[in-house]
Amino acid sequence: MKKIRLILVGMTLIALIGGSFTSCKPKKVGSLMAGDAAQKVYVAPGKFDDFYFFTSGGFSGQLGVYGLPSGRLLKNIPVFSQDPTTGWGYTEESKPMLNTSHGFVPWDDSHHPELSKTNGEDDGRWIFINGNNTPRIARIDLTTFRTVDIIEIPNAGGNHASPFCTENTEYVVGNSRFSVPLDGKDDVSITTFKENFKGAATFIKVDPQSGEMSVAFQIVVPGFNYDLARAGKGVSHDWMFFTSYNSEQAHNLLEVNASQNDKDFVMAINWKKAEELIAQGKGKKIPARYLHNMYDETTHSATSKEEKEVTIITAEEMPGVVYYVPCPKSPHGCDVSPDGKYIVASGKLAATIPVFSFEKLQKAIENKAFEGEVSGIPVLKYEEVLAGEVQQTGLGPLHTEFDDKGFAYTSFFVSSEIVKWDLEKRVVVDRAPTYYSIGHLCVPGGDSRKPSGKYVIALNKITKDRYLPTGPELTQSAQLFDISGEKMTLLLDFPTIGEPHYAQAIAAEKIVKNSKKFFKIEENTNPFAAKSEAEAKVVRKGNRVDVYMIAIRSHLNPDNIEGIKMGDEVYFHVTNLEQDWDVPHGFAVKGANNSELLIMPGETATLKWTPTRTGMFPFYCTDFCSALHQEMQGYARVSPASANVPLTFSGGATAAESK
Amino acid sequence: MKTSSRNIILICTFFMIGAFFFPFWKIILEAPQYPEGLEMKIWLYKITGDVEKINGLNHYIGMKLIHEDEFPEFKIMPWALGLLIAFGMFGAIMRKRTLIWSWVAALAVAGGVAFYDFYQWLYDYGHNLDPHAAIKVPGMSYQPPMLGYKQLLNFLAGSFPDIGGYLVIAAALGIVSVAVYEQFFRKK
Repeated sequence: MKKIRLILVGMTLIALIGGSFTSCKPKKVGSLMAGDAAQKVYVAPGKFDDFYFFTSGGFSGQLGVYGLPSGRLLKNIPVFSQDPTTGWGYTEESKPMLNTSHGFVPWDDSHHPELSKTNGEDDGRWIFINGNNTPRIARIDLTTFRTVDIIEIPNAGGNHASPFCTENTEYVVGNSRFSVPLDGKDDVSITTFKENFKGAATFIKVDPQSGEMSVAFQIVVPGFNYDLARAGKGVSHDWMFFTSYNSEQAHNLLEVNASQNDKDFVMAINWKKAEELIAQGKGKKIPARYLHNMYDETTHSATSKEEKEVTIITAEEMPGVVYYVPCPKSPHGCDVSPDGKYIVASGKLAATIPVFSFEKLQKAIENKAFEGEVSGIPVLKYEEVLAGEVQQTGLGPLHTEFDDKGFAYTSFFVSSEIVKWDLEKRVVVDRAPTYYSIGHLCVPGGDSRKPSGKYVIALNKITKDRYLPTGPELTQSAQLFDISGEKMTLLLDFPTIGEPHYAQAIAAEKIVKNSKKFFKIEENTNPFAAKSEAEAKVVRKGNRVDVYMIAIRSHLNPDNIEGIKMGDEVYFHVTNLEQDWDVPHGFAVKGANNSELLIMPGETATLKWTPTRTGMFPFYCTDFCSALHQEMQGYARVSPASANVPLTFSGGATAAESK
Repeated sequence: MKTSSRNIILICTFFMIGAFFFPFWKIILEAPQYPEGLEMKIWLYKITGDVEKINGLNHYIGMKLIHEDEFPEFKIMPWALGLLIAFGMFGAIMRKRTLIWSWVAALAVAGGVAFYDFYQWLYDYGHNLDPHAAIKVPGMSYQPPMLGYKQLLNFLAGSFPDIGGYLVIAAALGIVSVAVYEQFFRKK
């Protein structure tokens, strides 16, 4: 009996201990879901969203356009990558947009969309985005949602700290994440990194009327990894702030070697001063080779222009332009508060968020409160610039944006959460988990002088168990939180195309009113446009055959072409004669080795076609345009080079009349 | 004729001058694909609005293209209305009731002719269709209504006066009222 009693007592004890262990397991922070979340994101059929939401496509090289709060995908704008759907980078007209000094580069890695600004507020005119891999910046016109300007950045490697703009879009900037020696002096040993490798803080001027970009000047800075940037606002208007990591200047196994220093730097640049020095002729013109590609809305064609020199100044030779501020540890974001008084840096391997004061920065510079210098550039004392640190935040702060009520929202990659904190008191007031591994976040207008306090959107790298599985590759995603109340509440998850490194959102009415409906045919100055049925024709010049084709509901003209021979290069110049909204026509021909055309009303687009065999080649409209879309087709006959078939064509009104 | 009667007639004729500056009549088309609607505005001397778009659509059913220069009416109508206005003013200044009555008669004749002509055009466009048209619905014609709405396949067609038309109608009613008043109600 004693034994049994002992066993019973023992078992009870084990059960108790076991139970208390399992109940000891800390509960996960549950995400706060608003009970009426569905209502808050429901945009009834036929109703419009309140915001446009532009997400970078990351490795897709494009720019996604969504509506908020619904998260509905509206468009995927081709920017740096060829897009066979629209013909972007395949048509003769758009091909030059992807030209670089390295030749035709049909892909890039696009990271940071940046809306143009007037008086520090998003103005809805253009949106810029950087190409990281082959350093470039693109400008997208928000009346047509098309890429109209791409400029290459010389002397740069990995254009990551880009394309953040100043308060009146005076400049958009770029800088190297992968510092490299200056172009032309770069055939050196990698081990000479410290001596030869440089960053290039690049200021791209934006014409206030046309928006045309040009490289104004580059400031040659020490060879660190420059990560992100933000322009000052109001009191700090004249300054641009970049974060840098790898102050160790490691050139191999950066994972370890670039993570040694407890502090890296925020680099503060007085761009107004740099501008003055350049105006005084203190800049140096050095040879460079980079391309500038512009898309013209009347010729519907792009042209590439090669630039041959660039103006540089070297930071260490120009005192008063560049200062370093120590910052814990490998900082990513450096974000300026709406009033321009604070600079919030986020050390992605740190656990606190330092908030720097612009006023103190000015004083420290005045009092020469330097703790030393790096490559001849003064390093300010950390404490002299610091307004305060936000303690007990989380692990791995990455990026901060602001609302209209004095709160900041910082993303934490490692702890996968958004932390809301009070900007003046610098205390954490709320936190919300994200699913999973948030990178940047976005508050509409959250980098501007006038943030909206409605939403914060998490831009997540990993989705794991959040969506139906799609094999090894899963979608990336955005998560919409309501921030109008005290607590952040999760409203919606939605997938994105490519990786949403960063996104910006803008009130819809700023864009809707300027949205273009079609191109006026009388303004079309494409040299190959056929602006009426009567201008449709086929012309041979040697082995080049130009087809001046029109498309209108519901026929192509010419629609019968004979006399094309092997060895010919055929150019289908298709002009869409429609003059109404939402009536694009498509064009495709059998065996084409490139893409289709998608031609907007009033536009001309050209597909080059080199037949690879003789025979009969149907072509047709690919965009279901009308009740007789299926009849919108034609034939091209290809004969042997030696054949005696004369060049003939017919179609449209001519064909009808001759009946 | 009372001075006030004269003044009313003069004001009415001034109203009618407005018809030169505003469209006279409008034809509206609505369809699922055109929720915003297409409009054709008929002036005394021209056609404006979405004529190109309407022509583009009409070719499916084989309707003739609408071209301004095919309407001799646009050369006649401004003169006709001008004469009518001048005649009305003359009648008012002369203060002659009989002149006003003859003005009303002239208006009736002009209006009658105009509407008959309008009907003829609508009938012609609606019935004389290209036999090679892509869409042929047996027994279907596409004559828009003279006034009001009518469903034509996927399009709801409406026909109504526009500002200029309303000005002339209001003016005509005003002048007829004056004539009636002068004839029957004025205390001699």
